[in-house]
Formats: sequence, structure tokens, C-alpha cells
Amino acid sequence: MKHTLSVLVENKPGVLARVSGLFSRRGFNIDSLAVGVTENPEISRMTIVVEGDDRILEQVIKQLNKLVDVIKVSDIKPESSIDRELALIKVEAGPKERSEVMQIADIFRAKIIDVGTKTLVIELTGDVSKINAMTDLLRRFGIKEMVRTGKVSMLRGIKAARGE
Amino acid sequence: MSKKQKMSGAEAFVECLNKEQVEVIFGIPGGALLPIYDELYDSDIRHILVRHEQAAAHAADGYARVTGKVGVCIATSGPGATNLVTGLANAYMDSVPMVAFTGQVPTSMIGNDAFQEANITGITLPITKHNYLVKDAKMLPDIMREAFYIASTGRPGPVLIDLPKDVQTDAIEFEYPKSIKLRGYKPTSKGHPLQIKKAAKVIMEAERPIIYAGGGVVISGAHAELLALAETLMAPVTTTLLGIGAFPGAHPLSLGMVGMHGTKYANYAMTESDLIIAVGARFDDRVTGRLDGFAPNAKVIHIDIDAAEISKNVAAHIPIVGDAKNILTELIKEIKRKPKSKWNEKIEKWQKEFPLEYDRKSKELKPQYVVEQIYDMCPDAIITTEVGQNQMWAAQYFKYAKPRTFITSGGLGTMGYGFPAAIGAKVGCPDKTVIDIAGDGSFQMNSQELATAVINDIPVKVAILNNKFLGMVRQWQEMFYDKRYSATRLDTSPDFTKLAEAYGALGIEVTKPGEVRDAIKEALASDKPVVIDFKVAPEENVFPMVPAGAAINEVIDYGGKI
Ligand SMILES: Cc1cc2nc3c(=O)[nH]c(=O)nc-3n(C[C@H](O)[C@H](O)[C@H](O)COP(=O)(O)OP(=O)(O)OC[C@H]3O[C@@H](n4cnc5c(N)ncnc54)[C@H](O)[C@@H]3O)c2cc1C
Ligand SMILES: Cc1ncc(C[n+]2csc(CCOP(=O)(O)OP(=O)(O)O)c2C)c(N)n1
Ligand SMILES: [Mg+2]
Repeated sequence: MKHTLSVLVENKPGVLARVSGLFSRRGFNIDSLAVGVTENPEISRMTIVVEGDDRILEQVIKQLNKLVDVIKVSDIKPESSIDRELALIKVEAGPKERSEVMQIADIFRAKIIDVGTKTLVIELTGDVSKINAMTDLLRRFGIKEMVRTGKVSMLRGIKAARGE
Repeated sequence: MSKKQKMSGAEAFVECLNKEQVEVIFGIPGGALLPIYDELYDSDIRHILVRHEQAAAHAADGYARVTGKVGVCIATSGPGATNLVTGLANAYMDSVPMVAFTGQVPTSMIGNDAFQEANITGITLPITKHNYLVKDAKMLPDIMREAFYIASTGRPGPVLIDLPKDVQTDAIEFEYPKSIKLRGYKPTSKGHPLQIKKAAKVIMEAERPIIYAGGGVVISGAHAELLALAETLMAPVTTTLLGIGAFPGAHPLSLGMVGMHGTKYANYAMTESDLIIAVGARFDDRVTGRLDGFAPNAKVIHIDIDAAEISKNVAAHIPIVGDAKNILTELIKEIKRKPKSKWNEKIEKWQKEFPLEYDRKSKELKPQYVVEQIYDMCPDAIITTEVGQNQMWAAQYFKYAKPRTFITSGGLGTMGYGFPAAIGAKVGCPDKTVIDIAGDGSFQMNSQELATAVINDIPVKVAILNNKFLGMVRQWQEMFYDKRYSATRLDTSPDFTKLAEAYGALGIEVTKPGEVRDAIKEALASDKPVVIDFKVAPEENVFPMVPAGAAINEVIDYGGKI
């Protein structure tokens, strides 16, 4: 089972190494990890997607909380959160395939951000399943390259996964 | 408003140590530490020069365990720093408050594979509670203040501070911070009142309770509360290896140690209990044995300051996160006196039926006998141990009356720990007799510290239970590998008495049981460091024993075979 953790950390050098080191040392698997600074420049937020049962999740949260540079860990439930991921996909598409690929991009409300003689680069934002669905469709044209940012999440409504 | 003083990073370093009331540090200098050592030269802080940085860390660790204060060690960049690694891992596993300093190449050269550069903060990331690379001398006072605070609060542990050479020479405006600002670090100390009430209710309902006390009781200083709890409930108490001393070993309710080499009655009582009251103990695999056979009918109350220990290995029905002393104080208010029960009688029967045993009639010099005689002649001594059979016999045959008197490497099991730890312990408690109960193998891992003990006039005693083997490993080879003693013979050890004398210590050799007491007497009377080489029965084994993969009531008795 996949879980999404929103982790507020001190924006200091070495913090990413502490967090990722903890995951590897304790044998927890990271599915994806996205980091960026928050509204407070001293604090960064990591959105970490982990795979594991409830017991593993509980240990991950407790161990993360033990790190001095970790300020707060929130377990973000899908029903109460919105999440997005951004992907750049370079698809093999010559003049013949181009229009079909562009149509697919259109349906997914993706953008074409680069056109080469034999390739197109698509920018897609959405939740993880949307990105997976689109890449599945594009696969038959040939995906030359793909970059994904990893998921970022936020609680809906007035609540915030914030430190004091 | 306090006046700020201009000073160098190295001066600030010494000033901070003074503010933290550090009286002694253990270490070895080097190029990357020259500015700091120059300041130490005329400071009041006692510096003890060891002969290997590993020993600096273990000595700081031993000092910390006997005094409860933060132990401090220091090593130069590169190899000096990497030599600390085992000592840091050891302190981390056993939750010992320690601050380690390392020299580092100048900030401008970091990352260039400069001479004697090692990424020590990277290396020690998983074996420190926290660590710092000081990149700006201005940060040093804040960082040092934080480091001592983090090391000594919550679940204690080692903190490392890496000090580049330019940070030591740069000038700063010094002011020792009055407060600490750590958003991400807030250890829990008070237990949740509702959880404590719930625990009290379950305790009063239990028919076969057992208290399982660990190193956390010692760290917390909760021994008096533990005694009160046990006596009020008439509940038997078993301790972990690191909990030894948290409850008086000779008390009628004491079951001694639980687990792999614990007493049979402690393991039976644990297995048949209907309630385990775990206090500052972390259900280590040496304690639980095969998990599905561990106390199958027991509810678990788990008191621990580290939330991550709760339900890590054994599910807790009533977790209480916080400091043991605080929680036990509150818990005692919620419970009533219980009379002696059938459960107590059952346990007393087991105690009579299955005492610790060895062949007392043998003419051979038995290691267990040596430990018993040491106990008889100096029951108030601080005992440190090496690792292996010597460690288990020191745990089994000496009845520790007080906390912080049994100092041993539990979690990492570091051979070579006991002797430098004894040196640190003696520095911390100069008025107490400190004895390292050692193995011939382990002692050789840090025997160079004889120089440190002699030169600094630290008269520790080393009792080597010399079985001419890496005994604990040999025991496993005997029992599980057809007596194929692969690489466990130590017949080529040096003459330990001569080795001691070469360093200026006293060496005594003992080959017969009749010589044991005289040798101990002579050692205690000497004001020098002493090594007693007890030539003990080579193939003696540690029993009882729970073999790997067995449940803890599946015990092999003395002389037993698998
Ligand atoms: C050769 C060998 C054989 C061994 N055999 C055995 C054996 O037979 N039996 C045995 O028991 N051990 C044995 N050990 C030791 C074992 O490996 C563990 O080190 C030991 O069991 C751990 O002890 P502990 O549970 O008390 O935890 P510790 O490592 O002492 O941890 C202390 C616990 O207390 C908590 N704590 C800290 N401060 C506080 C506070 N203020 N309030 C509340 N809680 C606090 C911590 O969070 C932690 O959970 C052996 C080791 C070796 C090397
Ligand atoms: C640094 C280190 N290396 C190896 C081991 C594995 N080991 C555990 S006990 C032991 C034998 C210890 O021999 P000795 O010190 O003579 O003690 P004895 O068991 O004979 O009392 C060994 C090699 C260890 N625990 N630590
Ligand atoms: Mg030996």
C-alpha cells in the first residue's frame, strides 16, 4: 500500500541526506520524493511517497520524527488532499504521427513545449494516475525520455500540514 | 545585556566546554586540531591522551555511563575521525550521552580529497543522534550548546561536531547562548495521565505480572521508583543486560537477567506471565528469542521515552511515552498494595529448582568462580566488561546492588570496549574500585591503553578470564559446528603479566582456584593499574542458553547439548 507523507524540515544543507539515509538504513522504500522551500524560507517541505503496510508506515513516521531537523510529519490521506505531479515526456513522432500525438495531448490537457523533426516534448500536470494513463497511451509511439517530478500534496480546505 | 568578547573559534570551543562544565576530555591531537590543542594547553580542562581514538570514545562512554554526565572525546581529521566510528556506534546503540569533536580540513578545501579529509558527518550519519559540520565560526557557540542538550536529553546518544581548521582560527564575538531554539526536537517527558490510569487498572487485574526493566531505568534514575513499584505489587523483576543494577540483584523479587543467557526462572516467568510491565527496555532479539513464542499470554505495558521503540518488535497494549522516573512516580500513586500470591510461590519454586550452576567441585579454575570471588571481595566495585563469555559470566555471577555499576557494550557488542571504558569510569568515579572483567581476545583489542592508565595514574584493574579462545564463538562452534574451532584459538597471546609490566603496570598470574583471593587482594591493595591473568578452564561454556531461533523457555541447561 502506498502512503503520502508531507514532511516539514529545516532548510539546511544535509537534511535530504539525513532523510534519505534513514529510509535506506531502515529498509523502507521510497517511491518518490519531492522537495521545495515553503512560504517560510527557513523551512522546506518534502512530499514522500512510501510503500508499506501500516506497521512500516508507523515506524517511518516515528523514525522521521526523531530526526532533529524534521519539524513535522503528516500522513496525507488521499480523500482529504489534492496532489499533483509534473511530467515531461519526449515522444517519437515524425510528421505522420504528430497530429495523433497532439490529439492525445489535447485530451489530457497537456502542452506541447518542443517540436523536433522526429520528436515532440509534452508537458503534463495531474495526479499520478493521469500521468500513468497518458504514458500508457504514448508508449506505442515510443517514449524516448521521460522526467517526473514526483508527487506533491496539500491538504484541502483550511487545514495546513504546518509546524508551529 | 552581557558583554560579547572577541576570541578565536578555538578559544570559544574551550569557553563552551567550560560553560557545559566539562571536566575531562579524551583524545589524540593532529594537524587539523592544532589551534584547539594550543588552547587546551593552558585551560583547566583535563585532557587525557589515549593511545587510539577508539579508546577515547569508549573512555568518554564509560565516564558518561558511571556519572550520567555527557562524555567528551576528540580526534583529528581523517584517520583520527574514522577511528572514533566504532565508539560512536557503540554509544548510539546503548543510548549513551556523548559529544565527539573531530578536526576537519579548512572549509575551502572540503570536498577536494584534501590530505586527511574524511566526510565524517556523512560516515556517522546513521550512528549519531545528530551531527554538525561547523561552516562558520560564528555558529560554534550555538552548535555546541545544542549538541550537549541533544546528547543528554530525551533518549540520550552521541552527537558529533566536525571542526574545520579555519573555524578554529577565525575570530568571533563570543556569547554563550542562553536558550536553545530547536523546532524539530522536543522530547516527551511526562506520561499521558489517561494511559497511566489505564495501566494501573490492568496492573491491579493481573495475576501473573512481571516487570521487565532495561537501560532506560538506569538512564532515567528511576531505580527507587522501580523498587517501590515492585515491592508494592510483589511483582518479580527481570532486567536486560543493560538494565542490570536498575534493581538490586540480591533482592528476593529479583530474577536476574532475561533472554539468551538469562536465568531459566526469568525466562519461564516471562513466558508464563499475563502482564509485562516494560520500563525503558526495547525488546531486543537477545531478550525475546523467537517472537511467536515470546510471552504468548501477556498484555504489554510499554514505558519508553522513545515513541519509535513502542510496538517496534512486540506490540504494546498500553504504550506510555515519557521519562521512566516521571511515569513510575505517577503510576505508583494509582496502584494499591498486593499480597504475595501463588505466582510468587511458583517463581520461588523455579528459583530453587533452576539456580545458576557450574561445576563447583571441579579442581580446574572456573571463570564463574573467579567472578564470584570478585563479587565477594568487592561487591561495591564498578564492573566493566569486554564482550563474549566473560561478559555473560560478569552479568550472571555478580549481584549488582546499584545502577551505574555494571558497564557493558550491549547493543553493538564491541570487543575492546571494557578496558578503555574502565579508564573513563575510574576518571568519573576516582574513589571507586573499577574492574574490567575481560577476555583474552577482547583485551588485546585495546591493551595499548595500559599506557594511558599508567601515565595518567588511573589505577583500574583488569581481570582477564583467559581461556585461550575467542570463547563465545568457540562455544557456538562446539555446539552448532561440530567442534570445528575455525580461527578461534588464541594460543599465541602474549604473556599478559609481562605485557602489563612492560607498560609499568602490575601483572599477576593465577592458575589455581586457591590463588584467586590472594591475587584479588594484591590487586586491590596496589595503587597501580593491575592485570590479573586468570588461566581459566579453556572450554567452559555459558549456560543457561537459549539457542538462536528458539523461544526463551526452550533453555539449554548447564553442560547441556543441543
Ligand atoms: C554477547 C552478548 C549477549 C547478550 N545477551 C543478552 C541477554 O541474554 N539478555 C539481555 O537482556 N541482553 C543481552 N545482550 C544485550 C542486548 O544485545 C541488548 O543490548 C539489550 O538487551 C538491550 O537492553 P535494553 O532493552 O535495556 O535497551 P537499551 O539499549 O538500554 O535501551 C534503553 C531503552 O530505554 C529507553 N529510554 C532511555 N531513556 C529513558 C528514560 N529516561 N525513560 C524511559 N525510557 C528511556 C530507550 O528509548 C531505549 O528503548 C547481549 C549482548 C551481547 C553482546
Ligand atoms: C570487535 C569485535 N569483533 C568480533 C566480535 C565477535 N565476537 C564476539 S565474542 C568473541 C570472542 C571474544 O573472545 P574473548 O575476548 O577471549 O572472550 P571470551 O568469550 O573468551 O570470554 C568474538 C570474536 C565482536 N563481538 N567484536
Ligand atoms: Mg577468551
